[in-house]
Amino acid sequence: MNVLAIESSCDETAAAVIVDGRVPRSSVVASQVDLHARYGGVVPEVASRQHLRNVGPVIEQALADAGCTLAEIDAIAATRGPGLAGSLLVGYNAGKALAYGAGLPFLGVNHLEGHIYANWLVEGPEPVFPALCLVVSGGHTDLVFMRAHGQYERLGGTRDDAAGEAFDKAGRLLGLPFPGGPHIAREADQAASAPFELPRAWMHGTYDFSFSGLKTATLHTVERGQYGVSEIAFAFQEAVVDVLAGKTSRLARELGAKEVLVAGGVAANRRLREELRRRCPVPVRIPPPKFCTDNAAMIGAAANYHLALGETSPLDEDIFTTNNWARV
Amino acid sequence: MADQHDFELATGGEEETRLLGEKLGRALRKGDVVLLSGDLGTGKTCLTQGIGRGLNCQGNVNSPSFVLMNEYDGRETLFHVDLYRIEDVEELDELGLWDYAERGVLVIEWPERGAELLPGDGLVIELRYGDMDRQRRLKFLPRGPRGEELVRSLGAA
Repeated sequence: MNVLAIESSCDETAAAVIVDGRVPRSSVVASQVDLHARYGGVVPEVASRQHLRNVGPVIEQALADAGCTLAEIDAIAATRGPGLAGSLLVGYNAGKALAYGAGLPFLGVNHLEGHIYANWLVEGPEPVFPALCLVVSGGHTDLVFMRAHGQYERLGGTRDDAAGEAFDKAGRLLGLPFPGGPHIAREADQAASAPFELPRAWMHGTYDFSFSGLKTATLHTVERGQYGVSEIAFAFQEAVVDVLAGKTSRLARELGAKEVLVAGGVAANRRLREELRRRCPVPVRIPPPKFCTDNAAMIGAAANYHLALGETSPLDEDIFTTNNWARV
Repeated sequence: MADQHDFELATGGEEETRLLGEKLGRALRKGDVVLLSGDLGTGKTCLTQGIGRGLNCQGNVNSPSFVLMNEYDGRETLFHVDLYRIEDVEELDELGLWDYAERGVLVIEWPERGAELLPGDGLVIELRYGDMDRQRRLKFLPRGPRGEELVRSLGAA
Protein backbone atom coordinates (compact mmCIF):
# COMPACT_ATOMS: atom_id res chain seq x y z
CA MET A 1 0.00 0.00 0.00
CA ASN A 2 1.31 3.46 -1.00
CA VAL A 3 0.36 6.21 1.43
CA LEU A 4 0.84 9.92 0.72
CA ALA A 5 1.27 11.59 4.12
CA ILE A 6 1.22 15.28 5.08
CA GLU A 7 2.46 16.92 8.29
CA SER A 8 2.04 20.59 9.28
CA SER A 9 1.53 20.65 13.06
CA CYS A 10 4.28 23.12 13.98
CA ASP A 11 7.43 24.39 12.24
CA GLU A 12 7.68 22.16 9.20
CA THR A 13 5.52 21.55 6.17
CA ALA A 14 6.25 17.99 5.15
CA ALA A 15 5.01 15.33 2.73
CA ALA A 16 6.13 11.76 2.08
CA VAL A 17 5.23 8.61 0.18
CA ILE A 18 5.48 5.47 2.32
CA VAL A 19 5.19 1.86 1.12
CA ASP A 20 3.52 -0.63 3.47
CA GLY A 21 4.27 1.57 6.49
CA ARG A 22 7.97 0.68 6.44
CA VAL A 23 9.73 2.00 3.35
CA PRO A 24 9.94 5.74 2.63
CA ARG A 25 9.92 6.30 -1.15
CA SER A 26 10.27 10.01 -0.47
CA SER A 27 10.27 12.42 2.47
CA VAL A 28 10.27 16.18 1.89
CA VAL A 29 10.50 18.72 4.71
CA ALA A 30 10.22 22.49 4.20
CA SER A 31 11.44 24.03 7.42
CA GLN A 32 10.36 27.39 8.73
CA VAL A 33 13.22 27.51 11.19
CA ASP A 34 15.00 30.23 9.19
CA LEU A 35 11.85 32.28 8.97
CA HIS A 36 11.10 31.85 12.65
CA ALA A 37 14.64 32.74 13.63
CA ARG A 38 13.76 36.24 12.44
CA TYR A 39 10.83 36.28 14.85
CA GLY A 40 12.77 34.32 17.44
CA GLY A 41 10.31 31.45 17.47
CA VAL A 42 7.19 29.94 16.00
CA VAL A 43 4.56 32.58 15.35
CA PRO A 44 1.09 31.11 14.72
CA GLU A 45 -0.26 33.30 11.94
CA VAL A 46 3.10 33.55 10.22
CA ALA A 47 3.47 29.78 10.43
CA SER A 48 0.00 29.27 9.00
CA ARG A 49 0.62 31.54 6.00
CA GLN A 50 3.95 29.86 5.32
CA HIS A 51 2.42 26.36 5.50
CA LEU A 52 -0.14 27.50 2.96
CA ARG A 53 2.62 28.64 0.61
CA ASN A 54 4.62 25.41 1.10
CA VAL A 55 2.00 22.69 1.17
CA GLY A 56 1.34 22.39 -2.59
CA PRO A 57 4.99 22.39 -3.70
CA VAL A 58 5.99 20.00 -0.89
CA ILE A 59 3.32 17.44 -1.92
CA GLU A 60 4.34 17.71 -5.58
CA GLN A 61 7.97 17.24 -4.62
CA ALA A 62 7.17 14.17 -2.50
CA LEU A 63 5.34 12.56 -5.44
CA ALA A 64 8.14 13.51 -7.86
CA ASP A 65 10.88 12.18 -5.56
CA ALA A 66 8.93 8.92 -5.18
CA GLY A 67 8.65 8.76 -8.97
CA CYS A 68 4.91 8.35 -8.89
CA THR A 69 1.66 10.18 -9.57
CA LEU A 70 -1.49 10.42 -7.48
CA ALA A 71 -2.84 7.50 -9.54
CA GLU A 72 -0.43 5.12 -7.75
CA ILE A 73 -1.39 6.34 -4.28
CA ASP A 74 -3.78 4.11 -2.31
CA ALA A 75 -4.61 6.44 0.59
CA ILE A 76 -3.89 9.89 1.99
CA ALA A 77 -2.99 10.64 5.60
CA ALA A 78 -2.43 13.93 7.43
CA THR A 79 -1.59 15.02 10.97
CA ARG A 80 -4.78 15.78 12.88
CA GLY A 81 -3.20 16.99 16.14
CA PRO A 82 -1.89 17.99 18.58
CA GLY A 83 -0.35 21.22 17.36
CA LEU A 84 -1.19 24.79 16.45
CA ALA A 85 -4.70 25.05 14.98
CA GLY A 86 -3.76 27.40 12.13
CA SER A 87 -0.85 25.17 11.11
CA LEU A 88 -2.69 21.85 11.43
CA LEU A 89 -5.62 23.08 9.35
CA VAL A 90 -3.43 23.70 6.29
CA GLY A 91 -2.06 20.15 6.00
CA TYR A 92 -5.24 18.47 7.19
CA ASN A 93 -7.48 20.27 4.73
CA ALA A 94 -5.00 19.78 1.87
CA GLY A 95 -5.09 16.04 2.63
CA LYS A 96 -8.88 15.95 2.74
CA ALA A 97 -9.20 17.90 -0.51
CA LEU A 98 -6.76 15.62 -2.34
CA ALA A 99 -8.49 12.51 -1.03
CA TYR A 100 -11.91 13.82 -2.00
CA GLY A 101 -10.74 14.87 -5.45
CA ALA A 102 -9.00 11.57 -6.17
CA GLY A 103 -11.64 9.39 -4.50
CA LEU A 104 -9.10 7.94 -2.06
CA PRO A 105 -9.50 6.95 1.60
CA PHE A 106 -8.37 9.62 4.07
CA LEU A 107 -6.97 9.19 7.57
CA GLY A 108 -6.12 11.70 10.31
CA VAL A 109 -3.08 10.73 12.41
CA ASN A 110 -2.05 11.72 15.94
CA HIS A 111 1.31 13.50 15.69
CA LEU A 112 2.69 11.72 18.80
CA GLU A 113 1.69 8.32 17.44
CA GLY A 114 3.52 9.35 14.29
CA HIS A 115 6.72 10.01 16.26
CA ILE A 116 6.55 6.48 17.69
CA TYR A 117 5.98 4.97 14.25
CA ALA A 118 9.22 6.52 13.01
CA ASN A 119 10.59 3.33 14.59
CA TRP A 120 8.86 1.30 11.85
CA LEU A 121 10.98 3.18 9.30
CA VAL A 122 14.15 1.65 10.76
CA GLU A 123 15.40 -1.10 8.43
CA GLY A 124 15.31 -4.72 9.57
CA PRO A 125 12.63 -6.63 11.50
CA GLU A 126 9.65 -4.65 12.82
CA PRO A 127 9.45 -3.61 16.47
CA VAL A 128 8.20 -6.32 18.84
CA PHE A 129 5.35 -5.83 21.35
CA PRO A 130 5.01 -5.13 24.17
CA ALA A 131 7.23 -2.09 23.69
CA LEU A 132 8.01 0.86 25.91
CA CYS A 133 8.18 4.18 24.05
CA LEU A 134 10.09 7.25 25.20
CA VAL A 135 8.91 10.34 23.30
CA VAL A 136 11.40 13.17 23.89
CA SER A 137 11.22 16.42 21.97
CA GLY A 138 11.04 20.17 22.47
CA GLY A 139 7.35 19.98 23.24
CA HIS A 140 6.87 16.48 24.70
CA THR A 141 8.37 14.06 27.20
CA ASP A 142 6.16 10.98 27.53
CA LEU A 143 6.67 7.34 28.60
CA VAL A 144 4.09 5.24 26.78
CA PHE A 145 3.51 1.49 26.95
CA MET A 146 2.40 -0.21 23.77
CA ARG A 147 0.91 -3.72 23.94
CA ALA A 148 -0.09 -3.76 20.28
CA HIS A 149 -0.59 -1.47 17.30
CA GLY A 150 -2.65 1.54 18.35
CA GLN A 151 -2.77 0.65 22.06
CA TYR A 152 -1.15 3.33 24.18
CA GLU A 153 -0.93 3.59 27.93
CA ARG A 154 0.77 6.80 29.05
CA LEU A 155 2.60 5.90 32.26
CA GLY A 156 4.51 9.11 32.81
CA GLY A 157 5.42 12.46 31.38
CA THR A 158 6.82 15.83 32.25
CA ARG A 159 5.07 17.91 34.86
CA ASP A 160 6.64 21.15 33.63
CA ASP A 161 9.28 21.55 30.91
CA ALA A 162 9.87 19.03 28.13
CA ALA A 163 13.39 17.58 27.89
CA GLY A 164 14.20 19.39 24.63
CA GLU A 165 12.94 22.63 26.07
CA ALA A 166 15.14 22.14 29.15
CA PHE A 167 18.15 21.76 26.83
CA ASP A 168 17.23 24.96 25.01
CA LYS A 169 16.66 26.98 28.16
CA ALA A 170 19.91 25.77 29.71
CA GLY A 171 21.63 26.71 26.45
CA ARG A 172 20.20 30.18 26.76
CA LEU A 173 21.38 30.47 30.39
CA LEU A 174 24.85 29.47 29.22
CA GLY A 175 24.81 32.02 26.40
CA LEU A 176 24.73 29.33 23.68
CA PRO A 177 22.86 29.83 20.37
CA PHE A 178 19.43 28.33 19.54
CA PRO A 179 18.69 25.43 19.44
CA GLY A 180 20.40 24.59 22.73
CA GLY A 181 20.52 20.78 22.43
CA PRO A 182 23.37 20.29 19.95
CA HIS A 183 25.37 23.20 21.45
CA ILE A 184 25.14 21.79 24.97
CA ALA A 185 26.19 18.37 23.68
CA ARG A 186 29.23 19.91 21.96
CA GLU A 187 30.26 21.88 25.06
CA ALA A 188 29.77 18.81 27.25
CA ASP A 189 32.04 16.78 24.97
CA GLN A 190 34.78 19.36 25.46
CA ALA A 191 34.56 19.16 29.24
CA ALA A 192 34.26 15.34 29.34
CA SER A 193 33.74 15.61 33.12
CA ALA A 194 32.62 18.04 35.81
CA PRO A 195 33.73 18.49 39.44
CA PHE A 196 30.09 18.83 40.59
CA GLU A 197 26.63 17.43 39.90
CA LEU A 198 23.35 19.18 39.21
CA PRO A 199 20.21 17.85 40.97
CA ARG A 200 17.94 15.17 39.51
CA ALA A 201 14.20 15.28 40.19
CA TRP A 202 13.38 11.58 40.54
CA MET A 203 9.66 12.12 41.31
CA HIS A 204 9.70 8.90 43.35
CA GLY A 205 6.70 6.65 43.09
CA THR A 206 5.85 7.96 39.63
CA TYR A 207 7.21 7.74 36.11
CA ASP A 208 6.85 11.48 35.70
CA PHE A 209 9.64 13.92 34.95
CA SER A 210 10.36 17.45 36.12
CA PHE A 211 13.06 19.65 34.66
CA SER A 212 12.19 23.07 36.07
CA GLY A 213 14.22 22.55 39.29
CA LEU A 214 17.25 21.61 37.20
CA LYS A 215 16.73 24.80 35.20
CA THR A 216 16.80 26.91 38.37
CA ALA A 217 19.85 25.04 39.71
CA THR A 218 21.63 25.65 36.40
CA LEU A 219 20.81 29.35 36.63
CA HIS A 220 22.25 29.57 40.17
CA THR A 221 25.39 27.71 39.08
CA VAL A 222 25.89 30.10 36.16
CA GLU A 223 25.38 33.10 38.44
CA ARG A 224 27.92 31.92 41.00
CA GLY A 225 30.53 31.95 38.24
CA GLN A 226 32.62 29.21 39.80
CA TYR A 227 32.46 26.83 36.81
CA GLY A 228 32.92 27.23 33.08
CA VAL A 229 30.29 26.82 30.36
CA SER A 230 31.55 23.38 29.26
CA GLU A 231 31.52 21.98 32.79
CA ILE A 232 28.01 23.24 33.48
CA ALA A 233 26.84 21.91 30.09
CA PHE A 234 28.31 18.52 30.99
CA ALA A 235 26.67 18.43 34.42
CA PHE A 236 23.35 19.53 32.93
CA GLN A 237 23.35 16.93 30.15
CA GLU A 238 24.30 14.16 32.58
CA ALA A 239 21.42 15.14 34.91
CA VAL A 240 18.82 15.02 32.09
CA VAL A 241 20.19 11.82 30.57
CA ASP A 242 20.46 10.09 33.97
CA VAL A 243 16.77 10.63 34.75
CA LEU A 244 15.51 9.81 31.23
CA ALA A 245 17.61 6.64 30.88
CA GLY A 246 17.12 5.64 34.53
CA LYS A 247 13.33 5.82 34.47
CA THR A 248 13.00 4.30 31.00
CA SER A 249 15.21 1.30 31.80
CA ARG A 250 13.51 0.65 35.15
CA LEU A 251 10.06 0.80 33.61
CA ALA A 252 11.09 -1.45 30.70
CA ARG A 253 12.26 -4.04 33.25
CA GLU A 254 9.12 -3.78 35.40
CA LEU A 255 6.77 -4.10 32.45
CA GLY A 256 8.68 -6.86 30.74
CA ALA A 257 8.91 -4.83 27.55
CA LYS A 258 10.55 -6.68 24.67
CA GLU A 259 11.88 -3.51 23.09
CA VAL A 260 12.38 0.19 23.86
CA LEU A 261 11.36 2.61 21.10
CA VAL A 262 12.73 6.16 21.22
CA ALA A 263 11.14 9.05 19.36
CA GLY A 264 11.44 12.84 19.04
CA GLY A 265 14.28 15.26 18.38
CA VAL A 266 16.15 14.70 21.68
CA ALA A 267 16.79 11.11 20.49
CA ALA A 268 19.61 12.71 18.46
CA ASN A 269 21.57 13.27 21.72
CA ARG A 270 24.51 10.85 21.75
CA ARG A 271 24.76 10.55 25.55
CA LEU A 272 21.06 9.70 25.79
CA ARG A 273 21.45 6.98 23.16
CA GLU A 274 24.52 5.57 24.93
CA GLU A 275 22.93 5.49 28.38
CA LEU A 276 19.64 4.03 27.15
CA ARG A 277 21.51 1.25 25.36
CA ARG A 278 23.79 0.64 28.36
CA ARG A 279 21.01 0.47 30.98
CA CYS A 280 18.00 -1.04 29.21
CA PRO A 281 17.59 -4.80 29.56
CA VAL A 282 16.17 -5.10 26.01
CA PRO A 283 17.08 -3.76 22.56
CA VAL A 284 16.73 0.02 22.16
CA ARG A 285 15.55 1.20 18.74
CA ILE A 286 16.27 4.79 17.69
CA PRO A 287 15.21 6.11 14.27
CA PRO A 288 17.72 8.10 12.17
CA PRO A 289 17.70 11.83 13.05
CA LYS A 290 15.73 12.88 9.95
CA PHE A 291 12.82 10.74 11.16
CA CYS A 292 13.17 11.87 14.80
CA THR A 293 12.39 15.52 14.12
CA ASP A 294 9.02 16.43 12.57
CA ASN A 295 8.47 14.74 9.21
CA ALA A 296 5.66 13.20 7.17
CA ALA A 297 7.20 9.74 6.70
CA MET A 298 6.37 8.87 10.31
CA ILE A 299 2.75 9.95 9.71
CA GLY A 300 2.58 7.60 6.73
CA ALA A 301 4.04 4.76 8.82
CA ALA A 302 1.42 5.23 11.56
CA ALA A 303 -1.39 5.60 9.00
CA ASN A 304 -0.54 2.28 7.39
CA TYR A 305 -1.67 -0.02 10.19
CA HIS A 306 -4.90 1.97 10.75
CA LEU A 307 -5.68 1.78 7.03
CA ALA A 308 -4.82 -1.93 6.94
CA LEU A 309 -7.54 -2.42 9.57
CA GLY A 310 -9.98 -0.60 7.31
CA GLU A 311 -10.05 2.57 9.43
CA THR A 312 -10.59 5.93 7.75
CA SER A 313 -11.54 9.41 8.94
CA PRO A 314 -14.73 11.17 7.83
CA LEU A 315 -14.06 14.28 5.75
CA ASP A 316 -16.02 16.46 8.19
CA GLU A 317 -13.77 15.52 11.11
CA ASP A 318 -11.92 18.44 12.70
CA ILE A 319 -8.35 18.81 13.92
CA PHE A 320 -7.49 18.77 17.65
CA THR A 321 -4.92 20.87 19.48
CA THR A 322 -4.28 19.22 22.86
CA ASN A 323 -1.91 16.40 23.80
CA ASN A 324 -4.16 13.36 23.98
CA TRP A 325 -3.18 9.70 23.72
CA ALA A 326 -6.84 8.69 23.71
CA ARG A 327 -7.30 10.30 20.28
CA VAL A 328 -5.49 7.81 18.12
CA MET B 1 -1.73 55.62 36.87
CA ALA B 2 -3.41 56.83 40.01
CA ASP B 3 -6.46 54.57 39.93
CA GLN B 4 -4.38 51.43 40.04
CA HIS B 5 -3.68 49.32 43.05
CA ASP B 6 -0.43 47.52 42.50
CA PHE B 7 0.44 45.16 45.25
CA GLU B 8 3.11 42.64 45.95
CA LEU B 9 3.31 39.42 47.93
CA ALA B 10 5.73 36.59 48.51
CA THR B 11 5.19 32.84 48.24
CA GLY B 12 7.30 30.33 50.14
CA GLY B 13 7.63 27.79 47.34
CA GLU B 14 6.08 26.12 44.31
CA GLU B 15 2.98 24.80 46.03
CA GLU B 16 2.15 28.21 47.48
CA THR B 17 2.58 29.81 44.07
CA ARG B 18 0.28 27.14 42.64
CA LEU B 19 -2.37 27.80 45.33
CA LEU B 20 -2.29 31.51 44.52
CA GLY B 21 -2.76 30.66 40.85
CA GLU B 22 -5.69 28.43 41.76
CA LYS B 23 -7.37 31.29 43.61
CA LEU B 24 -6.89 33.53 40.58
CA GLY B 25 -8.09 30.77 38.25
CA ARG B 26 -11.38 30.49 40.15
CA ALA B 27 -12.02 34.21 39.53
CA LEU B 28 -11.17 34.20 35.82
CA ARG B 29 -13.81 34.23 33.11
CA LYS B 30 -14.01 34.29 29.34
CA GLY B 31 -12.19 37.26 27.84
CA ASP B 32 -9.69 37.67 30.66
CA VAL B 33 -6.04 38.20 29.79
CA VAL B 34 -3.25 37.55 32.30
CA LEU B 35 0.32 38.42 31.40
CA LEU B 36 3.21 36.86 33.29
CA SER B 37 6.70 38.31 33.14
CA GLY B 38 9.79 37.15 34.98
CA ASP B 39 13.11 35.32 34.54
CA LEU B 40 13.50 31.61 33.90
CA GLY B 41 12.58 29.62 36.98
CA THR B 42 10.59 32.30 38.80
CA GLY B 43 7.40 30.21 38.62
CA LYS B 44 5.41 31.41 35.59
CA THR B 45 4.43 27.91 34.51
CA CYS B 46 3.86 26.94 38.15
CA LEU B 47 1.42 29.83 38.61
CA THR B 48 -0.33 28.82 35.39
CA GLN B 49 -0.67 25.24 36.68
CA GLY B 50 -2.62 26.72 39.58
CA ILE B 51 -4.75 28.83 37.23
CA GLY B 52 -5.56 25.63 35.31
CA ARG B 53 -6.59 23.98 38.56
CA GLY B 54 -8.82 26.95 39.43
CA LEU B 55 -10.47 26.68 36.01
CA ASN B 56 -11.05 22.92 36.53
CA CYS B 57 -8.91 22.15 33.52
CA GLN B 58 -8.30 18.57 32.50
CA GLY B 59 -4.73 17.34 32.38
CA ASN B 60 -1.46 18.72 33.67
CA VAL B 61 -0.49 22.19 32.52
CA ASN B 62 3.10 22.15 31.29
CA SER B 63 5.37 24.61 29.56
CA PRO B 64 4.35 25.72 26.05
CA SER B 65 7.77 27.22 25.19
CA PHE B 66 8.27 25.05 22.14
CA VAL B 67 4.76 24.40 21.00
CA LEU B 68 4.02 28.13 21.62
CA MET B 69 0.51 27.48 22.84
CA ASN B 70 -1.26 24.80 24.85
CA GLU B 71 -5.01 24.61 25.16
CA TYR B 72 -6.88 23.00 28.05
CA ASP B 73 -10.60 22.29 28.37
CA GLY B 74 -12.10 23.41 31.67
CA ARG B 75 -14.80 25.66 33.09
CA GLU B 76 -13.40 28.05 30.50
CA THR B 77 -10.86 27.03 27.89
CA LEU B 78 -7.37 28.00 29.04
CA PHE B 79 -5.01 29.21 26.30
CA HIS B 80 -1.48 29.13 27.69
CA VAL B 81 0.98 30.97 25.47
CA ASP B 82 4.74 31.38 25.85
CA LEU B 83 6.49 34.11 23.85
CA TYR B 84 9.84 33.34 25.36
CA ARG B 85 11.71 33.52 22.07
CA ILE B 86 9.87 36.54 20.66
CA GLU B 87 11.81 39.74 20.76
CA ASP B 88 9.99 42.25 18.59
CA VAL B 89 6.86 43.92 19.99
CA GLU B 90 6.02 45.41 16.59
CA GLU B 91 5.31 42.00 15.09
CA LEU B 92 2.79 40.98 17.73
CA ASP B 93 -0.22 42.97 16.56
CA GLU B 94 -0.66 40.98 13.37
CA LEU B 95 -0.49 37.62 15.07
CA GLY B 96 -4.12 37.26 16.03
CA LEU B 97 -3.12 36.33 19.57
CA TRP B 98 -5.81 38.42 21.22
CA ASP B 99 -8.57 36.62 19.33
CA TYR B 100 -8.08 33.64 21.63
CA ALA B 101 -9.33 35.67 24.60
CA GLU B 102 -12.74 35.78 22.92
CA ARG B 103 -12.90 32.01 23.25
CA GLY B 104 -11.60 31.60 26.80
CA VAL B 105 -8.95 32.73 29.26
CA LEU B 106 -5.63 33.82 27.79
CA VAL B 107 -2.48 33.46 29.90
CA ILE B 108 0.68 34.73 28.23
CA GLU B 109 4.19 34.15 29.52
CA TRP B 110 6.61 36.74 28.28
CA PRO B 111 9.75 36.95 30.35
CA GLU B 112 11.22 40.14 28.88
CA ARG B 113 8.14 42.29 28.61
CA GLY B 114 5.43 43.26 30.98
CA ALA B 115 2.58 45.71 31.01
CA GLU B 116 3.40 47.37 27.70
CA LEU B 117 2.05 44.38 25.79
CA LEU B 118 -1.46 44.35 27.24
CA PRO B 119 -3.85 46.04 24.78
CA GLY B 120 -6.81 46.53 27.15
CA ASP B 121 -8.08 45.39 30.51
CA GLY B 122 -6.36 42.61 32.33
CA LEU B 123 -3.78 41.67 34.88
CA VAL B 124 0.00 41.81 34.67
CA ILE B 125 1.96 39.72 37.16
CA GLU B 126 5.70 40.23 37.54
CA LEU B 127 7.56 37.35 39.16
CA ARG B 128 11.05 37.45 40.62
CA TYR B 129 13.30 35.57 42.99
CA GLY B 130 12.88 36.33 46.70
CA ASP B 131 15.58 36.64 49.33
CA MET B 132 15.30 33.04 50.44
CA ASP B 133 15.99 29.97 48.32
CA ARG B 134 12.46 28.90 47.36
CA GLN B 135 10.82 32.26 47.90
CA ARG B 136 9.28 34.11 44.95
CA ARG B 137 7.93 37.65 44.89
CA LEU B 138 4.84 38.38 42.79
CA LYS B 139 3.81 41.90 41.88
CA PHE B 140 0.26 42.40 40.62
CA LEU B 141 -0.38 45.28 38.21
CA PRO B 142 -4.08 45.58 37.33
CA ARG B 143 -5.17 47.28 34.10
CA GLY B 144 -8.67 48.74 33.93
CA PRO B 145 -11.73 47.85 36.05
CA ARG B 146 -11.55 44.14 35.27
CA GLY B 147 -7.91 44.03 36.36
CA GLU B 148 -8.86 45.74 39.63
CA GLU B 149 -11.65 43.21 40.14
CA LEU B 150 -9.23 40.31 39.69
CA VAL B 151 -6.79 41.76 42.18
CA ARG B 152 -9.64 42.22 44.68
CA SER B 153 -10.60 38.58 44.22
CA LEU B 154 -7.13 37.70 45.48
CA GLY B 155 -8.04 39.33 48.74
CA ALA B 156 -6.07 42.51 48.28
CA ALA B 157 -6.78 46.23 47.82
